[in-house]
Amino acid sequence: MIRYVGRRLLQGAFVLWAAYTVSFLILYLLPGDAVSIMASGDEQNAVDPALVAKLRSEYGLDRPLHEQYVIALFKALQLDFGVSIKNGVAATQAVGEVLPETIKLAAAGFALAVLLGSALAIAASFSRNRWVRQLVAALPPLGIAVPTFWIGLLLLQFFSFRLRLFPALGNDGAQSLVLPALTLAIPTSAVIAQLLTRSLHQTLGEPYIEQIRAKGASDALIHFGHALRNAAIPTLTMLGILVGNLLAGAVVSETVFSRTGIGRLTVTAVNSRDIPVVQTLVVLAAAIFVITSLVVDLIYPLVDPRINTAARATA
Amino acid sequence: MTAAPVQDGPPTGAAEPLLKVEGLRVSYLVDGAAREAVHGVSFEINAGEVVAIVGESGSGKTTTAHAIINLLPGNARTESGSVVFAGADLSRLTRKEWQGVRGKDIGLIPQDPTASLDPLQKVGPQVAEALTIHRLQPKKAARRDAVRLLAESGIHDAESRARQYPHQFSGGMRQRVLIATALAARPRLVIADEPTSALDVTVQRQILDNIAALTAERGTAVLLITHDLGVAADRADRIIVMRRGEIVEQGPAPEVLGSPRHAYTRQLIAAAPGLSPKRLRPVVAAVAGPATGAPAGSGPAARPLVEAQNLRKVFHLPRTANGPRTLTAVNDVSLEILRGETLALVGESGSGKSTVARLLLRLDKPTGGSVTFDGEDLTAARGERLRQLRRRFQVVFQSPYASLDPRFTVADSVAEPLRAFGEGTPSERRARVAALLDAVHLPADYGRRHPAELSGGQRQRVAIARALALRPELVVLDEAVSALDVSVQAQILALLAELQAQDGLSYLFISHDLAVVQQISDRVAVMRGGELLEAGATESVLERPEHGYTQELISAVPGRRKLQV
Amino acid sequence: MSQQLLRDSPGPAADAAGAPDPGREKAGDPAAGAVQTSAPAAVGLEPAAHPAVARLARTARALLKSPGLVLAVLVIAVVILWAVIPGAFTHWPPDTGVPSARLKPPSAEHWFGTDSLGRDLFSRVVHGSATSLAATAVAVAVGLVAGSLLGLLAGFLRGWVDDAIMRVMDVLLAIPSLLLSLALITVLGFGTVNIAIAVGIASVANFARIMRAESLRVGSAVYVEAARSSGVRWHGILLRHVLPNAAGPVLALSALEFGMAVLSISSLSFLGFGAPPPAAEWGSLVAGGRDYLVAAWWLVTLPGLVIAAVVLATNRISHAFQDPERNRT
Repeated sequence: MIRYVGRRLLQGAFVLWAAYTVSFLILYLLPGDAVSIMASGDEQNAVDPALVAKLRSEYGLDRPLHEQYVIALFKALQLDFGVSIKNGVAATQAVGEVLPETIKLAAAGFALAVLLGSALAIAASFSRNRWVRQLVAALPPLGIAVPTFWIGLLLLQFFSFRLRLFPALGNDGAQSLVLPALTLAIPTSAVIAQLLTRSLHQTLGEPYIEQIRAKGASDALIHFGHALRNAAIPTLTMLGILVGNLLAGAVVSETVFSRTGIGRLTVTAVNSRDIPVVQTLVVLAAAIFVITSLVVDLIYPLVDPRINTAARATA
Repeated sequence: MTAAPVQDGPPTGAAEPLLKVEGLRVSYLVDGAAREAVHGVSFEINAGEVVAIVGESGSGKTTTAHAIINLLPGNARTESGSVVFAGADLSRLTRKEWQGVRGKDIGLIPQDPTASLDPLQKVGPQVAEALTIHRLQPKKAARRDAVRLLAESGIHDAESRARQYPHQFSGGMRQRVLIATALAARPRLVIADEPTSALDVTVQRQILDNIAALTAERGTAVLLITHDLGVAADRADRIIVMRRGEIVEQGPAPEVLGSPRHAYTRQLIAAAPGLSPKRLRPVVAAVAGPATGAPAGSGPAARPLVEAQNLRKVFHLPRTANGPRTLTAVNDVSLEILRGETLALVGESGSGKSTVARLLLRLDKPTGGSVTFDGEDLTAARGERLRQLRRRFQVVFQSPYASLDPRFTVADSVAEPLRAFGEGTPSERRARVAALLDAVHLPADYGRRHPAELSGGQRQRVAIARALALRPELVVLDEAVSALDVSVQAQILALLAELQAQDGLSYLFISHDLAVVQQISDRVAVMRGGELLEAGATESVLERPEHGYTQELISAVPGRRKLQV
Repeated sequence: MSQQLLRDSPGPAADAAGAPDPGREKAGDPAAGAVQTSAPAAVGLEPAAHPAVARLARTARALLKSPGLVLAVLVIAVVILWAVIPGAFTHWPPDTGVPSARLKPPSAEHWFGTDSLGRDLFSRVVHGSATSLAATAVAVAVGLVAGSLLGLLAGFLRGWVDDAIMRVMDVLLAIPSLLLSLALITVLGFGTVNIAIAVGIASVANFARIMRAESLRVGSAVYVEAARSSGVRWHGILLRHVLPNAAGPVLALSALEFGMAVLSISSLSFLGFGAPPPAAEWGSLVAGGRDYLVAAWWLVTLPGLVIAAVVLATNRISHAFQDPERNRT
């Protein structure tokens, strides 16, 4: 088991390294270099070429490519992704300061999404009324098709401005969390519902379900005793991507509700072409994906005994 | 299954039949239109009796069985008719009441044991569930009972096996678990729906023995659904023959088999290889050599067409902590195929027979050993030289559904090898395709059709036509008839024999079915676990097998029991 | 939302296709009985209409039976017409407003109402569709071409090429596509074309995965094995078997990605990285209504509805591509 975890950790480290490298290649090596991009970012003031040259040597951009990369990678290993161009603080610090707010938002959004999504999937498969089933089954495609920012604006319009139930912006207290979290949860729950509905449908068609029915089991026992557990597995494997998407959703949700957080930080960083911060965010997203996947891999054997023995065999 | 006395005609006692099916009609909703699959079927099963429904695919046998236990698929509906079980009309039951009947009064042993157990639940609780659902036992007692039931089904060390998951059981063992489950609540009727069609023949016999012993002991009636008349002949008191949704004949087993009244039954009996062994080709005198694997050559000119020496194939499995794992699929196999002969390679799943075929076809590269085709070393051949050699040996695969590109018309598929070798002008190719379709007895206008518009047997004819397109010298038939219904199988076998006689082809006939092998092959080679156990002339191997495993295989062929009577 | 979530994971399907299972074959028994009218005797001589005609008729009948699909195709057709001949749908100019008609709610005259400068919102949506659709098309084209090529290389060559390509794709999948697009925009700069390219690159991994899975599935199919053993060269197998059979699922993904690209592009232009005003794009139209949430609900609601309808329609069409493929194999 320890060797299994060790191997997964190594794979995770590889993904992180690769994410860093890919983002380095994209951000520092593609058209022009960081300094000239940053210099062009602010159109009002023309930047003194001498200053650009000075900055270039300061950032080490006059050195050969591989040297730049090795130096940057070495620094990154010490969690040094450079200094934010906008306000001069370390990029990691700029991200770290607002990260808790986004974690709160994402956690609330995720919990809501799982609840809503599973409830929809179960209702769609369990209900014996054809109309209810069709109505419920029509919701997830709808949830996937509507733009997240639009959902946010509609919620804002209705609940904040019309009903005045929740604050329209800011980060103050649980009240302010409700609408942004709901905005985040709706598309995610639609995806969960769709995945789970599909895999429930498939599971219910399996021969072993017929066999359980042949034992005389009730629909409730079939669903909650057998089918749901089996159907959850494919959804579980998608968890890494789902959580990553919450981060992307946070970009939109935080912008709509003017909340502080890494989503809004991303938008400002891209706007001011603050490359160190953007790279930190990319690597952070990859890290979140890697950690979630690792957690899923560790939970997996608890749910699926077939993997358990395989993992033990490899350990 | 001879526990229940064989009854002649209607039950003589005053006792009601256990199950009485009358005028059962079932239809499927296909593309919005209802199509009837079972047209008014009536039969009875007495307590403790074993009744077999025999039919080919599309006969409605499985549909009938599922209608009885009310487990039809969502698009199927019982239109009319009645099913009376132990005096109660089942068609009036509510959803809830059905839950009380299934498992408790009527059990089901399914078709595919590998997919019929919940993969996430331990085996013991799955058996116990059959008891707890009907509140026959409290949970703890049910678990204990489950262990006992598993042991009765022939699972050794049931105590600890009950705590294992389905994936830790082989296919045959899973079927034993399912038998234990079906019989747990002591139902009065068990429906066994093709219980062994997914299993090897030797396992098939053990499983059928197990069902017979357990049901006889409990006096449980059995409705056995099977496509194999041999299985029915061995096991049933009464046989019901179905075709296209109708019962064509029913009666006591000896009567149906001994003096069939209906032409279709006679046809089925004739087609069942186990029941009526017959040679489809004359014994080739030259090859009836000693049973050493290498037949005596009939002179120096008779160089074997194919010669395989010490073939070995090792597959690499995903590595584990104990280092890389390998699987030796084929180990030290040597064989020869002479011109114009049929060599059958026989074995159960995992015996390595198909791997040998792939090595001979050079679809895989052997780990060791060599293959020589007409004097040319196939193992060393590569690129264009190998491709040129390929025109001389062709293959027909098992699945008639997967072996044709769904986007190709029949003519395209047959012409594909011709096009690959740039043979002839387009019009010449068309003529050749027409001739080939004619040779496999398909009408010329089928060339325009797509595989989806053909039946399984028709598709296999197309695959044969494609294999013959380049006038090869050797055709490898990899389980080429085993996915087909018996009557279709008989036709394809006859076609193969006919083509061989015409063109002097050599066949390598890969099969798990000794009865079929007996019909078509000159020599037989038996494989198990990657090794060649014995080889020799068909008659001598089948009548005087040297190896114990070959004997076991022969005695497992269904239908033999009745033959010996 | 992420595209790969919306499809079945291709892995198990590829495995299942590889192994014919005799046990399952028989499970088709009841259905076969219902569907097949031909006798079990191998050669039935039923006179049939020309198969091509029959297929066409089947398609037509299937289409009529799913009004949702017909509606979806209609929605897409109308939107494409908006982009090509906007003048045929509205007589209002998109960029010049009537000051006296500021923030008018929807009416017979102004279907979608007017904005703060008195411009007709419907006209802006209609005229904006050219930009939105062109950007979407660029994005899908980038993803489709680059991704399919990579996937085909990986699936057909296998070995280390496969490993190398797919490891890189895994990394791309590890970064949420919106974030990846944003990072690319940082480098490429703002503007509709750059947004489109960034969204396209972010979808490369999805196309590569599907294409690889499909070429593996088809490549290991028995009919390809049969073709190989009857001497068909590798390019013949690629062109005649792999590409045509992989096309269905890849087309389905393209339709799905089209919808996803509409969402991504409108999100990015909502965030302010798209074309500068007064150019109209669906996302920026919604963004423009943000300041009038209380006074003019229609400014946000109606352009958003158009986006949702288009995405819903493409997803429905994608579904139609997907289903027959799955049923057939």
